[in-house]
Amino acid sequence: MEWETVIGLEIHTQLATKSKIFSGAPTAYGAAPNTQACAVDLGLPGVLPVLNHEAVNMAIKFGLAIDAEISPISVFARKNYFYPDLPKGYQISQYELPIIGRGAVIIELQDGSSKTIGVTRAHLEEDAGKSLHEDFHGMTGIDLNRAGTPLLEIVSEPDMRSAKEAVAYMRKIHSIVRYLEISDGNMQEGSFRCDANISVRPKGQKEFGTRAELKNINSFRFVERAIDYEVERQIDILESGGEVVQETRLYDANKGETRPMRSKEEAMDYRYFPDPDLLPVEIKPEVIEGIRKLMPELPDTKKERFIKEYKLGHEDAAFLTASRDMADYFEAVATQSAEPKLSANWIMGELSGFLNKENREINQSPVSAEMLAGLIQRIKDNTISGKIAKDVFEAMWNGEGDADAIIESKGLKQITDSGALESLVDEVITNNPKQVEQFKAGKDKVLGFFVGQIMKATQGKANPAQVNELLRKKLSE
Amino acid sequence: MSLDKNDVERIAHLARLQIDEADKPEYATNLSNILDFVEQLGTVDTENVDPMAHPSDATQRLREDVVTETNQRERFQKIAPQVENGLYLVPKVIE
Amino acid sequence: MMHSKTIAELAAGLQKRDFSSEELTRATLERIEQHDGSLNSFITVSGELALEQARLADQRLAKGEGSALTGIPVAQKDIFCTDGVLTSCGSRMLENFIAPYNATVVERMNAAGAVMVGKTNMDEFAMGSSNETSYYGAVRNPWNTAAVPGGSSGGSAAAVAARLVPAATGTDTGGSIRQPASLCGITGLKPTYGRVSRYGMIAYASSLDQGGPLAQTAEDAAILLNAMAGFDERDSTSVDTPVPDYTAGLGNDLGGLRIGLPKEYFSQGLDDGVAGVIDMAIGEYKKLGAEVVEISLPNSPLAVPAYYVVAPAECSSNLSRFDGVRFGHRCEAPKDLEDLYKRSRGEGFGAEVKRRIMIGTYALSAGYYDAYYLKAQKVRRLISEDFRQAFDKVDVIMGPTAPTVAFNLGEKADDPITMYLSDIYTIAVNLAGLPGISIPAGFVKDMPVGLQIIGNYFEEARLLNAAHRFQQTTDWHKQTPPGFE
Repeated sequence: MEWETVIGLEIHTQLATKSKIFSGAPTAYGAAPNTQACAVDLGLPGVLPVLNHEAVNMAIKFGLAIDAEISPISVFARKNYFYPDLPKGYQISQYELPIIGRGAVIIELQDGSSKTIGVTRAHLEEDAGKSLHEDFHGMTGIDLNRAGTPLLEIVSEPDMRSAKEAVAYMRKIHSIVRYLEISDGNMQEGSFRCDANISVRPKGQKEFGTRAELKNINSFRFVERAIDYEVERQIDILESGGEVVQETRLYDANKGETRPMRSKEEAMDYRYFPDPDLLPVEIKPEVIEGIRKLMPELPDTKKERFIKEYKLGHEDAAFLTASRDMADYFEAVATQSAEPKLSANWIMGELSGFLNKENREINQSPVSAEMLAGLIQRIKDNTISGKIAKDVFEAMWNGEGDADAIIESKGLKQITDSGALESLVDEVITNNPKQVEQFKAGKDKVLGFFVGQIMKATQGKANPAQVNELLRKKLSE
Repeated sequence: MSLDKNDVERIAHLARLQIDEADKPEYATNLSNILDFVEQLGTVDTENVDPMAHPSDATQRLREDVVTETNQRERFQKIAPQVENGLYLVPKVIE
Repeated sequence: MMHSKTIAELAAGLQKRDFSSEELTRATLERIEQHDGSLNSFITVSGELALEQARLADQRLAKGEGSALTGIPVAQKDIFCTDGVLTSCGSRMLENFIAPYNATVVERMNAAGAVMVGKTNMDEFAMGSSNETSYYGAVRNPWNTAAVPGGSSGGSAAAVAARLVPAATGTDTGGSIRQPASLCGITGLKPTYGRVSRYGMIAYASSLDQGGPLAQTAEDAAILLNAMAGFDERDSTSVDTPVPDYTAGLGNDLGGLRIGLPKEYFSQGLDDGVAGVIDMAIGEYKKLGAEVVEISLPNSPLAVPAYYVVAPAECSSNLSRFDGVRFGHRCEAPKDLEDLYKRSRGEGFGAEVKRRIMIGTYALSAGYYDAYYLKAQKVRRLISEDFRQAFDKVDVIMGPTAPTVAFNLGEKADDPITMYLSDIYTIAVNLAGLPGISIPAGFVKDMPVGLQIIGNYFEEARLLNAAHRFQQTTDWHKQTPPGFE
């Protein structure tokens, strides 16, 4: 039987506010345990929450970016459950009236087509603390620094049909929050993580199959692997005549498999109700318009602009606008070098290759945009050939200085002195009479041999175009 | 609404309350009586009435995004039942 | 006798340096020591801290600084967090909870120069109408130690009635200031929801809780409210409107004041004696020039049932933070996480608290939310609308605070619903968020009876004015329980 996969994602993105969503404690990552948990975050008796303005503004920005409805009135609700990293015994979240309603994003698929993925809603809530399972005499340690960090939970429609689509969607949302600068999107630190609802059904069937929820996946690679594993697991069950159980599962990145979460075994009854400590949040149209005016250029718009302004192909533009850091890098190189096409080629080729090899993001590149622009300028003004430039790039990557310094210190400057080249050409012609004969007999390919000899003699520094021209001239004399 | 011992156990579990076995029947009776008492609410028509969650119809005031709190871990953990290396300790959590 | 003086009188003595705050505080502490044995109105007496505060107050007074509260001994209900002082909320759960911060009310009163002599006993987590649910033992009514003082601010009411302290704070979720004030023969004001900050006031039912003063007179209540009231940026439900000087209009003429008497408050199990006292009090107001009209609050019979859904629902969630992890009671040697939660909470909470948590948990649980919680919220709207319409016609609403005088200890302890009905006239005010005051209006069989005056939103000044004028022509509020003169 042919199976169809149905995936919906719930993405939790930490908002990059300075203070927490309901308290004045700092949100910085990596502080000593419980040093950033104030009375409100600890849920001490008597404390009360007050909503952070910036968190609301950030949610509105996101809503505008995905062309969503922004609720004029939204309500915070309590989600009640007991867990040691949840200090109050409830999480302040939104339930019936979320701040952001229905919206959509467009993802690009590998075959070049695009697809619209619906966003059901996005709501504000507080993050929980962390349980540290290292052994404290058989006990678990609780760090509440993260408790109260603002989260925007973005809930998609079950519109994705493969792990690849899910990853493309997650990358798109990641790109949007980074473009908006509402989240640092740091997945290692847990600032951007997702839960995936996965089911399979026989192709053509309308009803959804029973779904499993995969919790807390924190990398693009794991999302793909976790979903692929889970889909296969479910298909295996169904094909052997079994039934998929609706449950919450955990992806174990080390073992590359999913397993049921023991703490979520019992059916949860969260007893949501409006938080009486917080009043309804009102967002006036003029506030939305004010924020709209400050919206940065978003990936789709930027892509169109790159195609028009820099005469890039569709695919190149899509690649270069996938993240704001990448787009900013490209624009800096293109402007400084005045060679957009060459800049694009270098970024997508050499630079991306090095980044991938070392598993780095663009903002971690040892070669700055300025350095790459400098290199491209030296190619353009014929100081070095494209081939030599690759060596210079590698040297820059290894921290040996900027292009000019490396060209200078390694003596890589192209030989363009026609006198010097001419005598070299003469020498090569004289030393290889057999090849000269072949060329004269019409074997044009032999020209490459002569070029090679000259390059060898100059260690690649001869200007290839100039060498070609001289050779043709001399050989036809 | 009449609650039995099983209902009491289910609710007590949701609320994470230990109830002594001997007290369960009394809880069942008292809770049933209270629920019967509040059942009166059903006698009034609330068809087009907006639920009222707050006494005032004000909207939420927003706090400026500034850090106002400093580290007071020592102060807060002095009253904690069990801490180690700045962490609150609880029996092993199994995920 | 110093102990029988009002705040206004004591403040005058302090200003004139007839006595120092330290002397006054020592006298107060001695009186508590001597007399509280029979009442149990205090959980904690913080003598050293009080004397320290008194000396600071004396310094301020010597410089001619301070307010009407500077140097005046007061007691805080043990629901308000007090930095460095046990804050038990009447519960075993917080038997060891030395609060690491001050409630806003405490901060404000400290700033005004008040001297905190201790923390008063209360029903556990403010859940009760008789003060019998306290883990620290029941409080006795100074008018008859076999009787309850009312609740939940029963310790505060008993202490003020017995003249152990000139004034105390309380909180009122369904009548917890007004009902004990009525049963103990003192003045107790529940302000408009949002007038007094809830920050640091341990939450029972967040949308109903409101702190307020308990005192001998309306004038003293006004002095206290001046210090307690005000906007607090730490409380989202705190209201940012200017606070008037509540003492300014106390003497205003009552001519033309329109008093509404809700017919529903004069039926439903109202004790005949109490009804007679209230009639007399209304007569007094007529003499003062007020007009009386009968009004109807048709949905008021539903106030108690609506309350016993809304309040438990909120409390079931508010009390989840007491889990034995970061503060408060933790059971011995928990074998796993569930055991930690269940035993810590099972041991830490008393029966009434557990009942209300369970009712609230049930009312919010899947499948019951609409029938209970949502329904109650809708009825709450109807009740609130009743008041809105009434205040189109009248300036204040009057009636009994409680249907009977103080009942005896144990009399209603076994029957939650009978107990709940002792708040039948006070609860609707909390559901609507209105201000209300109870003032001594007479006696039935030597036990005090309170008159309740309900005002429109933020009209505390009008209530205090009406109460003060009544106290100028009557002396019910000056009666002191035998043995505590």
